[in-house]
This record gives sequence, C-alpha cells and structure tokens, in this order.
Amino acid sequence: MTDKPASPSPGDANDAGDGAVPGDGPLHTGSPLTRVLGVLALAAVALWLLYGLVWSPPDVEMDDLVRVLYVHVPVAILMYVGSFLCTAASALWLWKRTPGWDALAVAGAELGALFCALTLLTGAIWGRPTWGTFWTWDARLTSTALLQVLLLGYLALRRVDPSPGGGSQRASILGLLLIPNSMIVHYSVDWWRSLHQPATITKLDPTIEGDMLVALMVGLVAGGLVFAWLLVHRFRLAWLEQRVDRYDLDAAVAARRAEGGVQGNPGNPGSSGNPGEPGVQPA
Amino acid sequence: MELVVHFRAAVALLGRFPALAGLDLDVAQGQIVLLRGPNGAGKTTFLRACAGLVPVVDGTAQVLGRDLRRDPRSVRRRVGLLGHATGLYDDLTVAENVGFWGRAVRAEPADIAAALDLVGLDGRLSDVRAVKLSAGQRRRASLACLLARRPELWLLDEPHAGLDHDARDLVDGLVRQAVSQGATVVFSSHELDRATALADRTVEIVGGTSRSVFDPEQPCSGSKTERTIEEAAGVA
Amino acid sequence: MWRDAALVAERDLRIELRSRVATNQVAPFAVLVLVLFAFALDPDRGVLERATPGLFWLVVLFSGLLAVSRSGSLDEADGTRDALRLSGLDPAGVFLGKVAALVVELLLIELLLVVGVAVLYGTALDGFALMAATCVAAAVAVAATGSLYGALVAGLRVRDTLLPVLLLPVLAPVLIGATRAFETSLGSIASADAEGWAWCGLVAFFAVVYLVAGALAYGALLEGS
Repeated sequence: MTDKPASPSPGDANDAGDGAVPGDGPLHTGSPLTRVLGVLALAAVALWLLYGLVWSPPDVEMDDLVRVLYVHVPVAILMYVGSFLCTAASALWLWKRTPGWDALAVAGAELGALFCALTLLTGAIWGRPTWGTFWTWDARLTSTALLQVLLLGYLALRRVDPSPGGGSQRASILGLLLIPNSMIVHYSVDWWRSLHQPATITKLDPTIEGDMLVALMVGLVAGGLVFAWLLVHRFRLAWLEQRVDRYDLDAAVAARRAEGGVQGNPGNPGSSGNPGEPGVQPA
Repeated sequence: MELVVHFRAAVALLGRFPALAGLDLDVAQGQIVLLRGPNGAGKTTFLRACAGLVPVVDGTAQVLGRDLRRDPRSVRRRVGLLGHATGLYDDLTVAENVGFWGRAVRAEPADIAAALDLVGLDGRLSDVRAVKLSAGQRRRASLACLLARRPELWLLDEPHAGLDHDARDLVDGLVRQAVSQGATVVFSSHELDRATALADRTVEIVGGTSRSVFDPEQPCSGSKTERTIEEAAGVA
Repeated sequence: MWRDAALVAERDLRIELRSRVATNQVAPFAVLVLVLFAFALDPDRGVLERATPGLFWLVVLFSGLLAVSRSGSLDEADGTRDALRLSGLDPAGVFLGKVAALVVELLLIELLLVVGVAVLYGTALDGFALMAATCVAAAVAVAATGSLYGALVAGLRVRDTLLPVLLLPVLAPVLIGATRAFETSLGSIASADAEGWAWCGLVAFFAVVYLVAGALAYGALLEGS
C-alpha cells in the first residue's frame, strides 16, 4: 500500500538536482505535519495497546475477547470514513474538476479497502470463539464483505485506465455511486437477515463503561490518527504522480515537435516553423 | 471572410500523447483545404479536434465561431466527419443505417433519400446489410450519412482511400457542390495529384504542427493549380 | 429525449432481430445453466425445489451480464461511438433507449426461464401477479444498472472481465429482493403476501434509482476518454 518514505526532508522545494520533476512544491510526502501526526499516532497506539491489553478489565460475558472489539470498532468506523471520503471527493471532483479531489478519492478508497479488510479480519477473530465459526451470514458482516468487493472494484477500475482525465471521469462516477450502493446493499441485507435471526447481534455492550470505555475511546483516537497519517501520505503520493504526468506532457510535446524538425514548445512565437521554409505562415 | 477554423498553438492529447503540439491553422469560409504529411503527423487528430471529439488542452481552437476548449460539443451538429471508421452498424442495411443517423440529426426524409441517391446506394444496394458491403461501398454509405447532415464544415479523412476511380470523381463532385452551397471543406489525403487539383490550398502537417505551403491571401486562379504542384514538389 | 430514446431502442431491437444474439446465444446459455444447476445439486429434487427462486435469479443475472455486454459492444464497433457523439442525440435518451431494448430482451429470457423451471424443476407456478411484477422490476433494474456500468467500462481492454466484478456486487440487492419475492409467490416459504410485495418494491425502487443515475451519467461517460 503506502511506502513509508525514508526520513522526509523538510519540504525541499528547490531540490531539482536529480532533474526529474520540476520543483514547484515539495518532492517528498513527508513534512512537519506528518511527523507530528506520526509521533502522536505512535503514542496513541501505544496507549491503545496498554488500555486494550492490560489496563481494561475482561468483559463480564465475553471475557478477554472483548479486547478485539477495541480494534474492531475503530477500524470499522474508519472503513466507513474512507469510503465516505471516496464518494465525497468523487462528487467534488465532478463538480470542481480540480485534480486534488481525484487524489483524495483514490486515497480514501485505498484506506477504506485496507480498513475494511482489517474489519473483516478482526470480526472473524472475534467470531470464532463466539459463534464457533469464522464466518456467519450476519447482516453487518455480509454488508461489509460486499463493501470490500465494491472498494476493490473501484480500485481495479482505477488501475486499468491510466490516461489522465478520462480515467478520473469514469472512476469518479463509480466512486460517487460507492456509498449509495453500500447503503442499498446494507439495507437489503439487513432486512433479509432479520427474517432469519430474531435479533441482530450487538457487538457493542451497551453498558460499557469505565476503563473499557476509555480503551475504546483511545482506540478511536489512535485509529483516527493512524488513518490521518496514512491519508496524508497517500494523498501526497497521488498528487506527486499527477505532477509527474504534467511534467511528462511538456517533454512529450517537445519531442513531438522535434519530429517535424521544429524547435522548442509552442508559445515561443519565433520558434515555431522552420525558418528556411518557403511560403508564409497563415495570418 | 470570416474564419471557419482558427487554431493557434493548439495542443491536443490522445491519452498522454500530444498528437497536436502547437498547431496554427486558419481556414476561411468556402475554402477547400488539403492536409498532407507523413503518417502519424496529426492530420486525423486535427480533423477530429475540429469536430470536437478530441479535447484541446492548450492554445486557441475555434471552429464555426465556437471555442473548442470551453464547449466542444456545441460544434458537433454543424460539422460532418468522414473518418477511417465508418460508423455503420453491421447488422443493419444501408438504408437503415443512413436512416438512423439521419433521423438522429433530425434530417428531412427527403434529404436522407437524396443522400442515398447522390452516393449511388439507392435501389438494390440500399437493402444490403452493411457487413456484406465492400470497403468502398461502406465508405459511400458513410458519406451518405454525412450528406444527410448538411454540415457547414466537412472534415474528410483520406476520402479517396479505398474508392475506385468513379467513386473518387463522385467525392470530388460532391465536395465542389457542397462548397458552392456555402460549406467549407478540410480534408487529408495521400493522393496528391487529385487532391491538389481539388484544393484551394495545401497545408503540411508534421510532428503535430503545421506549415502552410500556400498563402491563403492569394486570389484563387487557374494558374494556382500548377503553382501548388510545383511548390509541393519543391517542398517535398 | 423520449424521441431519441425511441429511436435508439428501435435500432437496438432491430439489430437484435437481425443478429439474433439473444435468441441464439443468451437464451440457450440460460437454459444450459439451469441444467447445470441440476447436475451440481444432484437429483435430490428436494434441494433443487427449495433453491429454485434463487437459482432462477442467478441465471437471470448471469444472462443479463451477457446481454448487457452485448448491448455495450454495439456502440463500440467501427466508430459508432464517435458517430453517436457527433449526432447530437440526447445522451439520456440514448441511455433510456438502450435500457428499453435490454428490458425487452430480459423479459423474454425471464419468460423462457419460467417455463424452464416449471418443466425442468417441476416448480408449481403460483402467485402470478407478484411474479410478473417482480420480473418486470428486476428486468428494468438489471438493464438500467447494466447499461450504466457497461458505459463505465466501455472501450477498456479488460472490459469483459471488469464488468462482472463491478456489476454483480451492485446487483446483490436485486438478487436478494427478487428471490424473496419469488419465494413468497411460489409458496416455498411461509410468509405473508404483503412481504413479497415489499421485496418487489425494493427491486422497483432500485430500478428507479439506477434509471435516474444512468440517465444523468451517460453523457459524461460517452465523452470520457
């Protein structure tokens, strides 16, 4: 997914020394913001582990198994956040057409897919001792599985169509439909399963309190920080990819013109057209 | 004379490839302009860009008074494009194809019938399914679809290719007739003899840019034909 | 817009009449899958009977995939997509026209399959009103969703493998709803009639949502890349 960059240098704007990407902006996805976020996230995760594993008591009914929920609930929430980001960013791209929204949509979808996989995994881990199986056709599990497929489908479409502009158009429409689709699916599945199961399995003990509540809250915060850190990096990565595309374009235009023995790029009035040609340029 | 086509330093992309890399071209109303140049030079892309099918991302591009960069769709109904692809449905007959495309552009039934007549595909041939036609006949059917539209700007991509001698004469005749009725024609061709005889003016397209071989301000005269051929020979 | 839709629907249906893809390829495929299900689920008629509603709609979905793919390919051949863009036809009209043609094809396939399950699986047919309504609603839902997603993947090299991945998860609610409605009408589970109609309503709602979504998005998708 996202590669953690080696020590990010302080946004070195003019470092075009490698001559690769024109420098009008940083070349790394790291920055003071991500370093602060990263440190905070690490601290929060440490706290999360402490509360989750050590300081909070075992549940009355579920015993130590409840600790899985301290991971499961936050990642599930973040899965929805990622998906929602994808849909919202797709909508905004369709409206405003600025490339930043497109980058955000991809970042949101990828993180959504990652956290969805984690949700399914932690759900299965919790489910095995509880129900005796890794999987059951519980409404929420089923909807989550379908959301995973929807997200993977979106990512598949993005990977297939590399042409700039056109790819974003299709993907944004697909992204726009992501949340409505998942809502319709969730509603249908819920209704369907409620016919066969007397009550939905509640995953959250409504009387959760004390250290357990703290553990959960810490989990939410820690998860959120990790999500934010990943999001910023992934967004910037997509942004840099777009910049590479734009730079490539200038080089390609120059090469194209060189085909015809023409120097330079358009916009230089004196350089288009071979000076030795007979005939007059159209007025 | 108002300009039907006005391109300045236009850049158009096919995916990531800049098919047009800073092209300048003006075409006045009523002119017949020939585009020539090596394969892959951008002639087809230019014609498609004029039809509003290929986005122009940089420079100026105006056709029939419309800005192609801002609103490429507005110009589409008023141009006619004869490309390499025929735009025909294999399973429908010639008459059904031309009828569909004609009705799609709200053409009069009389125009549709006349179009079939003009290209010589009325009668028995009009009931033949498109898949069974020869390449030349398909081209003619495609031409009929264009005729039915009565476009102000004709964009023909190698219109003579694949046609026999009679059919080529037919195309030339239709072009001259259209111009006499006020249309403008831009076409590309590798058939230099026939093409330069037809055209008022020749433009060379190389590497996504253009060089005019002939000055548009020159008055049209009989001697123009010889001069154009000489110049073309000299440039090549 | 409606005029354009009628024009396009007539065109698609006429092409279908000539080429007979739906009748010569998709329909036999549908019946074939019915037979294959019988092989897979064993002569144990009990299983087959109980599973009939679900199997029926699964076959409809897979056949629908083929029909949708075919419908999309019509407008990719030999420059017809460009011609469509140049024609000035209202994209929403084009979309609705294609959906209309697909609905006709799907209804015919569903009819064939109803006969198929009656004969092959020995299903006792009952509750015709609900069955018919569900068939119509589902046909529209599949046609509309399929046409939209078909346009989404149009022109891509991997179109044929990507379309099922994108389309089938989205159609899951249609599968769920139509199956439950059929279960009610065929009497294979004991449930109130009203519930079956509620499920049918879900499918119809889905169909309307995608009719609107497709009509709005088709123009943009025609242009893109």
